[in-house]
Amino acid sequence: MANTNFEKYKSDGSLQGNVLEWVDARFPLTASIKGHLTEYYAPKNFNFWYFFGSLALLVLVIQIVTGIFLVMHYKPDASLNADGVPVAFASVEYIMRDVPWGWMIRYMHSTGASAFFIVVYLHMFRGLMYGSYRKPRELTWLFGVGIFLCLMGEAFFGYLLPWGQMSFWGAQVIVNLFSAIPFVGEPLSIWLRGDFVIGDATLNRFFSFHVIAFPLVIIGLIAAHILALHETGSNNPDGVEIKAKKDDKGIPLDGIPFHPYYTVKDIVGVVVFLMVFSAIMFFSPEGGGYFLERPNFYPADPLKTPPHIAPVWYFTPFYSILRAVVWPIFGIDAKFWGVVAMGASVVIFAFLPWLDRSPVKSIRYRGPIYKAFLTLFVISFFILGYLGTQSPSYWGEKISQLCSLIYFGFFLLMPWYSKVDKYRPAPDRVTK
Amino acid sequence: MSNECKVDCGRRRLVVATAAVGGVGAVAALVPFVSSMLPSERAKAAGAPVEVDISKLEPGQMMTVEWRGKPVWILHRNQEMLETLPKLDGEMADPKSDKKMQPDYAKNGTRSIKPEILVTVGICTHLGCSPSSKFKKGADEGMSADWLGGFLCPCHGSTFDFAGRVYKAKPAPDNLEVPPHYYVADNRILIGEDKKGA
Amino acid sequence: MKKILIALLFAPLMAFAAGGSVHLDKWPGSVSDKPALQNGAKLFVNYCLNCHGASYLRYNKLTELGLTEQQIKDNLMFTAEKIGEPMRIAARAGEQKQWFGAAPPDLTVIARARGSADGSGADWLYTYLRQFYRDETRPTGWNNVIFENVGMPHILWELQGEQVLNKDRKLELAVPGKLPPKEYDQAVSDLVGFMVWMGEPMQEQRKQLGWIVLAFLAVLFVFAYKLKKEYWKDIK
Repeated sequence: MANTNFEKYKSDGSLQGNVLEWVDARFPLTASIKGHLTEYYAPKNFNFWYFFGSLALLVLVIQIVTGIFLVMHYKPDASLNADGVPVAFASVEYIMRDVPWGWMIRYMHSTGASAFFIVVYLHMFRGLMYGSYRKPRELTWLFGVGIFLCLMGEAFFGYLLPWGQMSFWGAQVIVNLFSAIPFVGEPLSIWLRGDFVIGDATLNRFFSFHVIAFPLVIIGLIAAHILALHETGSNNPDGVEIKAKKDDKGIPLDGIPFHPYYTVKDIVGVVVFLMVFSAIMFFSPEGGGYFLERPNFYPADPLKTPPHIAPVWYFTPFYSILRAVVWPIFGIDAKFWGVVAMGASVVIFAFLPWLDRSPVKSIRYRGPIYKAFLTLFVISFFILGYLGTQSPSYWGEKISQLCSLIYFGFFLLMPWYSKVDKYRPAPDRVTK
Repeated sequence: MSNECKVDCGRRRLVVATAAVGGVGAVAALVPFVSSMLPSERAKAAGAPVEVDISKLEPGQMMTVEWRGKPVWILHRNQEMLETLPKLDGEMADPKSDKKMQPDYAKNGTRSIKPEILVTVGICTHLGCSPSSKFKKGADEGMSADWLGGFLCPCHGSTFDFAGRVYKAKPAPDNLEVPPHYYVADNRILIGEDKKGA
Repeated sequence: MKKILIALLFAPLMAFAAGGSVHLDKWPGSVSDKPALQNGAKLFVNYCLNCHGASYLRYNKLTELGLTEQQIKDNLMFTAEKIGEPMRIAARAGEQKQWFGAAPPDLTVIARARGSADGSGADWLYTYLRQFYRDETRPTGWNNVIFENVGMPHILWELQGEQVLNKDRKLELAVPGKLPPKEYDQAVSDLVGFMVWMGEPMQEQRKQLGWIVLAFLAVLFVFAYKLKKEYWKDIK
């Protein structure tokens, strides 16, 4: 729907009109505004699940803006200052105390990191529920999976920067995962660190990835995600293709212009989101020890591992899957297969468009088997997430193994259950 | 027509009102970001005035304190040192301290508030080296035989007397700078601030 | 239905995850109690700052506790010349490492680091500083109930006196100190209060600002919601 042949602006003779005509002759301004906003027709039956896409964009802006200002004061330097504290760690406290309003900018950034994942997980769940990954939106979904992968990288690299105990040991554990790869693992992890332990070299390259490389890729992927979406048009809670029914002007009967209708609606979503965000940021920026982990208030100490290391909450479901694999297979040790399972648990989302064989898209018209699988999947995801924050235990291991099975079962059995499941025929017009 | 305007006018007012409230929020949100670029507490602390106790500074001795990252000399001149000053007027580039290298309260023969205490920034006005002290008369410290005592900049050979005045025909264009300072108490100088109300 | 399922699944998880905790006494103080914080600052400077730095906190920040710069200079500032300098220890970290084997940690954010599922960082500190006991097997002669084989001797012993562990492994006051137990607890509470404040000196302003921001967003919500309603009248 984007970038089709919109007419260029013809000046009415006013100064403003002349300027617009001049620009339009050189840049698709009118066409972009029409194609993506005023004449981009979105289904009129979006529910609140459809807020999270625009909210993800808002959080991205918050992260970039606060990030720019944090970089002005932060120093990626692992050496010790005159007080015996690593410079990087001290520079974070410098931001918190000495920089005017630095504390607020830093809390916005740290809360924003968690908010990003909350919003993105809800956005992804929306996609699962309404079949937004299905034909013709496979590429939109693939770009989305790419964004999610990069976001995980971005968060991981960013987490090292405060150079606290969790930063250090978290990075230590994750980088060591690569050493599980047969033959090349050990040299690979040394190459990643640029040192034999996580050190100054690692901190500097992670800083570079966090502030330049990954943000660039993420912005590019988001542009692609939105362009692909606007090419096919948005899905909706009924899973109806609104372009199938158009009026005589070629406008979808169930479509309404994104602007002003969804802009004013999204503003409401933004304000509600900002209220929740502010409540956390101003009253509980540590998020109960989940958003800012307590051991990270100790400077990194390569000689002393904290008694219990857990990744930040948004990684814990995948971390649990890693820990759930405890058996060597084909003579390669469990560590390797754990890494494979963890990687697969993220990448498997990319295959969804081709795993789902249901004749309908939306959960509204699907049968009980899909609903049961999706419910179990979500519960497993939560339990895995919770277990990932806890120290390893006997029952924890057993439960995480069961949940990992359910997690993968949701995807791998989908070609079967989505086909045999009952369904109601989807309507050809959206419902209220 | 009028009916249509009614709807549209109400909508318009609401758009303007919402934009106004949102705009206030946006401007307020800018404040922390803009002010985060102001000097931090660390920068302010480094640039803060320094209080110095000079009770242990004997006549003829000099101490150096740091102020805004620069060395500030406090020289307790003895009688002999002070007597050299008027004798040297003829050899000085700016004997009367006419150039604004000192606060008005230090524009006098000794370039100081108290005649015996000189407070000056120990940075050569030529290219920013820190001159070394050559307090002994004559050639003892490698100066010429008629040297009356003062400072020598090791970089390009500028020489200064005991009031920080520069000799004629030397690379340094100006006398050494006297920083703003005042006496908090008889033996305590605050460097970096003029006396309030003065 | 889903909620019940989740609750059922989580209940056993919670149960087995809750092992291995220690009992912490609740810190009775408050960060808004300025006189207590001032007293805590005095205790901190006199007892802690000899070995531990608070190197992210500048002396002039103490004015926010209601002290004047002159009071700070006269009564608290022993390790710096300028009021804007951080609260460093007199000894250098490197030298301390030679004396103690390990440099005593900087304490500026210790109250934030010590929080756990068992209680806040303040609870931990409040318990820790009251549970030292005599143990001649330790090189320092001291041990601690919640921090076994602690490297630090009981710095506040002249205030608290000497505790010993009795047969039931309960603490008993063997030699009374300068302060009766109640006053000692109060002093520790003040000290902990100061350390909580020091961990995040802007925490009170942060919450005040939070209310203003939320109030503003509530107003903006009313407008945004009305605007949405106004436009969506069109959509049948």
